[in-house]
Amino acid sequence: MSDTTQSGPVLAADGTPLKKSLQKALRAQKLRALALVAPLLIFVLVTFIAPIADMLFRSVENQIVSRTLQNTVVALEDWDAEGGEAPGEAVYEALYWDMFLAAEAKEHTRLGTRLNYEQTGVSSLFRGTGRGVDDIGEDQIDALEDLNEAWEEESFWYELMTGGDGAAKDGSQLSAARERLSTLTTDSYRGNVGFEPGAEISALLPRTVSEYATFAVYTVFVEEDVVAEEEPWEAVKVALIEELKAGADLSGYSGPGAEELRAAQEMLADQPDIDYKAAFLKEDKDWGSIPVWQTIKTYSPPFTSGYFLNAVDLQKTVDGVEARPETQQIYIMLFQRTLFMSLVIMGSCILLGYPIAWILANLPVRTANLLLILVLLPFWTSLLVRTSAWKVMLQQQGVINDVLVWLGMVADESRLVMINNQFGTIVAMTHILLPFMILPMYSVMQTIPPTYLRAAKSLGATNWTAFWRVYFPQSVPGIGAGSILVFILAIGYYITPEIVGGTTGTFISNRIAYHISSSLNWGLAAALGSILLAAVLILYWAYDKIVGIDNVKLG
Amino acid sequence: MTDSQSSDAFVAFDRVQKSYDGETLVVKDLNLSIPKGEFLTMLGPSGSGKTTCLMMLAGFETATHGKILLDGVSINNIPPHKRGIGMVFQNYALFPHMTVAENLSFPLEVRKIGKSDREAKVKRALDMVQMGNFGGRRPAQLSGGQQQRIALARALVFEPELVLMDEPLGALDKQLREHMQFEITNLAHDLGITTVYVTHDQTEALTMSDRVAVFDDGRIQQIDAPDTLYESPTNSFVAQFIGENNTLSGVVKKMSDGFCQVELDDGEVIDCKAVNVSEVGERTQVSIRPERVEYDKSRLKSGTHTIKAEVLEFVYMGDIFRTKLRVAGNDDFVIKTRNAPDQRRLKPGETIEIGWLPEDCRALDAR
Repeated sequence: MSDTTQSGPVLAADGTPLKKSLQKALRAQKLRALALVAPLLIFVLVTFIAPIADMLFRSVENQIVSRTLQNTVVALEDWDAEGGEAPGEAVYEALYWDMFLAAEAKEHTRLGTRLNYEQTGVSSLFRGTGRGVDDIGEDQIDALEDLNEAWEEESFWYELMTGGDGAAKDGSQLSAARERLSTLTTDSYRGNVGFEPGAEISALLPRTVSEYATFAVYTVFVEEDVVAEEEPWEAVKVALIEELKAGADLSGYSGPGAEELRAAQEMLADQPDIDYKAAFLKEDKDWGSIPVWQTIKTYSPPFTSGYFLNAVDLQKTVDGVEARPETQQIYIMLFQRTLFMSLVIMGSCILLGYPIAWILANLPVRTANLLLILVLLPFWTSLLVRTSAWKVMLQQQGVINDVLVWLGMVADESRLVMINNQFGTIVAMTHILLPFMILPMYSVMQTIPPTYLRAAKSLGATNWTAFWRVYFPQSVPGIGAGSILVFILAIGYYITPEIVGGTTGTFISNRIAYHISSSLNWGLAAALGSILLAAVLILYWAYDKIVGIDNVKLG
Repeated sequence: MTDSQSSDAFVAFDRVQKSYDGETLVVKDLNLSIPKGEFLTMLGPSGSGKTTCLMMLAGFETATHGKILLDGVSINNIPPHKRGIGMVFQNYALFPHMTVAENLSFPLEVRKIGKSDREAKVKRALDMVQMGNFGGRRPAQLSGGQQQRIALARALVFEPELVLMDEPLGALDKQLREHMQFEITNLAHDLGITTVYVTHDQTEALTMSDRVAVFDDGRIQQIDAPDTLYESPTNSFVAQFIGENNTLSGVVKKMSDGFCQVELDDGEVIDCKAVNVSEVGERTQVSIRPERVEYDKSRLKSGTHTIKAEVLEFVYMGDIFRTKLRVAGNDDFVIKTRNAPDQRRLKPGETIEIGWLPEDCRALDAR
């Protein structure tokens, strides 16, 4: 055999390098293993990892403000939030453009709802303003339309904006409009608009063309109409008025509508300027309120720690982070209560479950199996039914109270309150989670041979010493596994506290559910959920440090 | 059972019965007394009741009937932890969550012995089993033989007068087992403790014990010193169970002065020692040890009765030859001969004459 004397890589029988040949042989195995794992892996990724990632993202995401109020947010950057004065005219003008488009796209109510979480009343402010925003500048628009009816004609506007057939085109405003709309609504605006701005008019009246292009894109893709057959928005006319009044130089212009433009500029010179601030204040005097503007400015960045601060009873102000008023503080207390009650439930499960698990582990297999079925029986009953059954048992006119009154242990008029409070939640959840404690304990205890106890006794230990020094330490892994299971299940429990918890026995998860389904404040719900997740992970880590996760056994 | 209830007995079983289900007796009318310092082995097939006896002595099982005495005091109602009996378990039962030293210290702690005293005793016990450097280890870090030594040390550390061992060497390999057999007997004799040892391994029982009690069917079949047990079994179960044994069945023809004549099933008549037969005409099983059978004429005493045998199989085993014969219709008749220079090797198919001394041929009960 020359294998040992051969220099260079070891070769397989067919001459290929042995390493390569081994890899080839193993690759099929690896692929097969991966294929077997793949369905679950994909399932977990899609239904578990992805939602958690989404939740974490939602808890800090805040793009709605900067996406909806694209111009306002920029204009607000210069405003001194602590100066004690409402922002200047420029901010209100920017607000006009943003509000008008948002109201057309019906995005302003979503933003109002979002900001309402931080500042009560903003929702109705936005809703009301959305209805009235097209009235702004109506005097000037009326004057324009009185001057020449052409300003109400869709075909005239189309002609003016395209610069007529064969004129040079400039598509930059159109793509800017697509960009602006897709930022606002996150929909796609790709495709033929049936309109392209003329190069000359774009250079002359950029603001007007920009608004018109936005109108055109919106009309085509959202309303599915033809641009040339629709009268432009008021915002387009306001833009035109602004630009004409600002002294757009029409002298060299000879394209379509040149006459009308000159006439309009002449007429508008006598018209007053549009006072945006006054107009908004007329819609709602809250537009002059400094806290409203502070809130908008505070929440204008695309990401915010605001939800997390809310979730721990703090709030974000222009001065930085401060505590919420005491009457609004709720979450810290709820977290504490959730932790405390989960610990109590875990403790009661240990106390009740340990003896049962011990008996199960020490009975002959047949009897043990029968008893195990009794332990598992609750699993075959609907969670809702089990919880409702506790309602029947514990309520003031319920079974337990009736029995106590009948026995004379409790007076009829002072029946015990055992439900819709912490006691009810603890009792019902201990009952529901008990099997999760018993099963790991049982499977660990089953592996402890009875000879250990005998050995301890033969060495002179009393029953108690033998149990405490020899049996109990070996059953700790079972207690650990059961405790982790019960605690983690308890900390996120929802249905039972919802039904039997009343107001004092509810958990943080009930609050999360409220924000998900009723108040629709998903960001806050996500922040609360993230904190809960972090708390569980931290406790798990602490358990690992103190007890050691190797010590957890399920059998 | 001749020696029941002798007054100097350290441990005594007095008419002890045990039933688990109320229908069958696992231990039937057990009478046994063990003098101080004796190494007694309970030997028997599984299910023979030997472990139950040990557990009753340890206090983990209660006797259904009868008394168990320790040093003259009935211990029937004394809980195990107050009996002060050391015990070595089959799988050692070392507490896995404690170190070796903590394991040894445990019986001393529950006896409320002071710390310095405790440490000294633990050290002495560890040195006794040559494991002085292993105090800090966990049981799981020790080999089977080492665990065995620790279990032994733990059973002895609180200086009990009686130590029970329940098949303690069952999990060890052959070589280690033989070594530990030797160590355990030495230790038991050196310390002068009374030992009750349970095993199903007859070699272990023969090599270690002062006396061996052979159990079967809930009764002691015979209790004697190892050599007596081997050479003079009093019934065919013991003859079969201890060592290798050849059996020929037949009918007693004549009895005289401790000897008898037995007519084997093929009509051959042989002389036997009458051990467990009482009358002429009774069926009997004749027991002959393989190494007591001779086929070399020169080695046989003159006048010895010989019978014909056909060689079926010859196995060379190094130190001995093991030859299987057909004798009087029995195909399992085995003889063992020493591998001496002048020893003739038999060939299968050969017919030979075999013979033995009448004392080595024991007429026992027909089971």
